[in-house]
Amino acid sequence: MKQFVFLVRRDLNLAFRQGMDSLLVVVFFIIAVVLFPFGVGPEPGTLARIAAGVIWVAALLSTMLSLERLFQIDYDDGSLELLALSSLPLEVTVLAKVTAHWITSGLPLIVAAPVLAVLMQMDSDGFMVLIVALLLGTPSLSLIGAIGAALILGSRRGGVLLSLLVLPLYIPVLIFGVSAVDGAIGGYEFKAQLLILGGFFIGTLALAPWAGAGGLRQALE
Amino acid sequence: MADLHRFANPTRFLKLAGIIQPWALAVFLLSITVGLYMAFFTAPADYQQGESARIMYVHVPAAWMAMFCYTVMAVASAVSLIWKHPLADVSARATAPIGAAFTFLSLATGSLWGKPMWGTWWVWDARLTSVLVLLFLYIGYMALQGAFDDRVRAAKASAILALVGFVNVPIIKFSVDWWNTLHQPASVIKMGGSSIHPSMLWPLLIMAIAFKAYYVWVLMVRMRQELVANKVRILRLKQVHGG
Amino acid sequence: MNEFLEMGGYAAFVWPAYGLSAGVLVVIAWLSIRDLKNTQNTFEKLSGEKEKSK
Repeated sequence: MKQFVFLVRRDLNLAFRQGMDSLLVVVFFIIAVVLFPFGVGPEPGTLARIAAGVIWVAALLSTMLSLERLFQIDYDDGSLELLALSSLPLEVTVLAKVTAHWITSGLPLIVAAPVLAVLMQMDSDGFMVLIVALLLGTPSLSLIGAIGAALILGSRRGGVLLSLLVLPLYIPVLIFGVSAVDGAIGGYEFKAQLLILGGFFIGTLALAPWAGAGGLRQALE
Repeated sequence: MADLHRFANPTRFLKLAGIIQPWALAVFLLSITVGLYMAFFTAPADYQQGESARIMYVHVPAAWMAMFCYTVMAVASAVSLIWKHPLADVSARATAPIGAAFTFLSLATGSLWGKPMWGTWWVWDARLTSVLVLLFLYIGYMALQGAFDDRVRAAKASAILALVGFVNVPIIKFSVDWWNTLHQPASVIKMGGSSIHPSMLWPLLIMAIAFKAYYVWVLMVRMRQELVANKVRILRLKQVHGG
Repeated sequence: MNEFLEMGGYAAFVWPAYGLSAGVLVVIAWLSIRDLKNTQNTFEKLSGEKEKSK
């Protein structure tokens, strides 16, 4: 546990020292959403109708953006090999790196989301559910993404390949994330969707570290 | 010595492949002839959809093959990861493009069927959408296979991806079904149902056999190619290292 | 015969569906066989060179 916390703090320190990274992810998130009114027109009804979907899709893409670097830096400078040799199981290492990734890229998105919801004319009934859904959903995105990030280490054309591998796997989170928010706005049931999002989180939490560690092991051989 | 062990198995396989391949081709040619004949001449036109229902005899078997090939890929990947069997990786790698082709065909023929039936080339129907995602999974798998210079790494990485994808297929299916019931398009004709008349079922099954035989035949060709390519790689390595 | 080709007015959908399927299956088979032949040729050339160098 101590080592886990240490690893998370190490990654957070690295991220903060580089500073810009997680800020850039949020800026990308905002710009991506702001493009939509230009694309579909500023009519409030249209924007409100697509708000939840647009915000979720932009969140998926922003998460993708920072995933490539999840293991890459440590892989390039060799510290990943040291981590693999340490007494800490590789699965825990993966979990620690995912935690740090979520804190630096998932959490800022959640903070920025309500502002974007206002810009997109989203009904205020949806705000709380949007935040809860993002809280439950974005960790799954980081976890699934970690598998992809581990698999592409040392390959040609990393970034584009990563999005091709990971985005199809994000579809379930997207569906239930949007459906929860739309449900809350339309006055329908939304607890089931949130529960399923929570279920995805638990499921990926149980499986992704194994698959990610498997991916790292084959990359380090 | 380890090298010899690696070779023992594929050599026996090459012999076996030499036997299976002509048989698979023969079964394919026979069943595709019978299947096409039945599909066009003995099967009746559907009382609702008319002659357009004949598209079913390529569409449905192609969709079955799309799922079958992904299952084969996932099982082979698991075998290759757990037992490190050299043939398992080769068969998974050889299956992917065939599966992707069938997935594409089931989408394309579905679209050609949908145009006269639904009045549009594409509806976001739960089945179509799931198959579209399946096509993305195939493309991702093939892209990952091709992204490494080192064959062993490519094999391991893509095996893990195939398994992760396989676990996800039912989840994606479930999500898309849910999503589809929320956004039910108005004019979708419910397909299939419980009873299908034997005069339509038989050509369907025979076409499915034809596609399976085609798969086995092409698989043998592709696996032989992969194995010879391995030998070429070893020869090249030996030349480089003072052969 | 003409009646058969017309497919009850659905000719524009039925025949492309079958044609496309046949096309894709033939292309995949052709590519696979061509690859096999090419690789076999390279293999024979390489092992031939090895014999000579001995």
